[in-house]
Amino acid sequence: MLRLPPFRYLAPRTLSEATRLLAEEGPQAMPVAGGTDLLPNMKRRQFTPAVLVGLRRLRELKGIGGSPDVGVRIGAGETLTSVSNHPLIRAHYPALALAAAAVSTPQLRNAGTIGGNILLDTRCNYYNQTEFWRHSIGYCMKRDGSICLVAPGSPRCWAISSADTAPVLVALQARVRLVSVRGEREIPIQELFYDDGMRPYTREADEILQEIWLPPALGWRSTYLKLRRRGSFDFPILGVAVALRREPDGRIGDARITLGAVASHPVEAEEAMARLRGQQPTPTLLQEVATLAAKRARPLDNADLTITYRKQLTPVYVRRALDLLVEAEQGSGAE
Amino acid sequence: MRELITLRINGERYEVAVLPHRTLLEVLREDLGLTGTKHGCELGECGACTVLLDGVPVLSCLTLPLEVQDCEITTIEGLEEQGRLHPLQETFAELGAAQCGYCTPGMLLSAVALLRQNPHPTREEIKQALSGNLCRCTGYTKIYEAVEAAAERLSAARQGERQPNAALQP
Repeated sequence: MLRLPPFRYLAPRTLSEATRLLAEEGPQAMPVAGGTDLLPNMKRRQFTPAVLVGLRRLRELKGIGGSPDVGVRIGAGETLTSVSNHPLIRAHYPALALAAAAVSTPQLRNAGTIGGNILLDTRCNYYNQTEFWRHSIGYCMKRDGSICLVAPGSPRCWAISSADTAPVLVALQARVRLVSVRGEREIPIQELFYDDGMRPYTREADEILQEIWLPPALGWRSTYLKLRRRGSFDFPILGVAVALRREPDGRIGDARITLGAVASHPVEAEEAMARLRGQQPTPTLLQEVATLAAKRARPLDNADLTITYRKQLTPVYVRRALDLLVEAEQGSGAE
Repeated sequence: MRELITLRINGERYEVAVLPHRTLLEVLREDLGLTGTKHGCELGECGACTVLLDGVPVLSCLTLPLEVQDCEITTIEGLEEQGRLHPLQETFAELGAAQCGYCTPGMLLSAVALLRQNPHPTREEIKQALSGNLCRCTGYTKIYEAVEAAAERLSAARQGERQPNAALQP
């Protein structure tokens, strides 16, 4: 049986009460929203917080609103189901609707929140195992051990950023607001991530992710493709988020390509994006861009399927995503 | 420390003294004797413990009872009405949609939620709605057929309600 370790449960009613509780209880406390990532990790003893601060009742973390010309605000406590079904998101930020709908299963999307998905713990075959399993191989540095079992000579942890919505929000140039008793800060979502499997987020222990801001969407098209073994349940072993803005003459005005599940943070393919800007999207160029983007993927043997396969599929998925967006535009005629 | 809470399950109120770290699955099965909700992987990877919270399927193995005191909880025990099985339960039995039966309660609750929201789902929509429920006997085809048959039955029953005199006509 996998039981949860004992904890005290606190249920604040306002955001300020929640931040005060997190500050008072200190690092022994963790916030819990949908619980779909934290509770399994607690059952496996990856986390053993003495206190959980429940975020469910906080109205400040709810709501989706705005418009494509001024931008959209998403409360971090909105479920992945409500994000993926929201008409505004489906129509103007389709990559986000696709990514939210691709997370795990209907049951987990009904409980799991977008804030929780953004702050998903990084994953690794040697880490996401029961205490019994990890004990039997002597633990890894991410929890209870001292070395990385994927790359034993490495000084760092290579656990993988496995959130579907994270690369999409980077490609959409979203901003996030973090709140604590010390104040609040609004940052580009890229600044939320560290390239470190053990400490993947710049969020401090007393901070709560309150909301996500999407910039205006006019003129942009976006999509998200996910590689995984099964069509449901599985975390991504590659996520490709692409957002494109075309000029009236058909050239690419701006392009964002972000890869998920290839490192400890979402990876932007800068070289590939620069190669696209100002160009006509010919098949030759798109293939070149896909190859360039794939150079940013350096998978290690710590997720499902083989490294070679995951590496080979990266340019294929980037090319497919680019083709989808370019063809959709050409198919829609004079728009 | 135990906390005394009230849970609303299948239209009845249950007072339970729970420890904060007990999951809804544990409380349903071990404290309330509602063992129809199945105990599978405990990690959100199988769907066997699916229950409805205000009509929405979630996993009871990852739900804290303290967080759902305001919700109406439906378990498999709550599907029958006055001793009559839900049409989905009937079609599952008739079409052999249960083999070992362990995934069946979860499948049924996911399917109930689907048919309430979408009375005429396509095969693809049924697959989507049940994509969080694993069946390791690999009986998915029969399960999809049973959901389709139940959708027809429910829709016929609704039409009967709309035309109350239909039964009296020759």
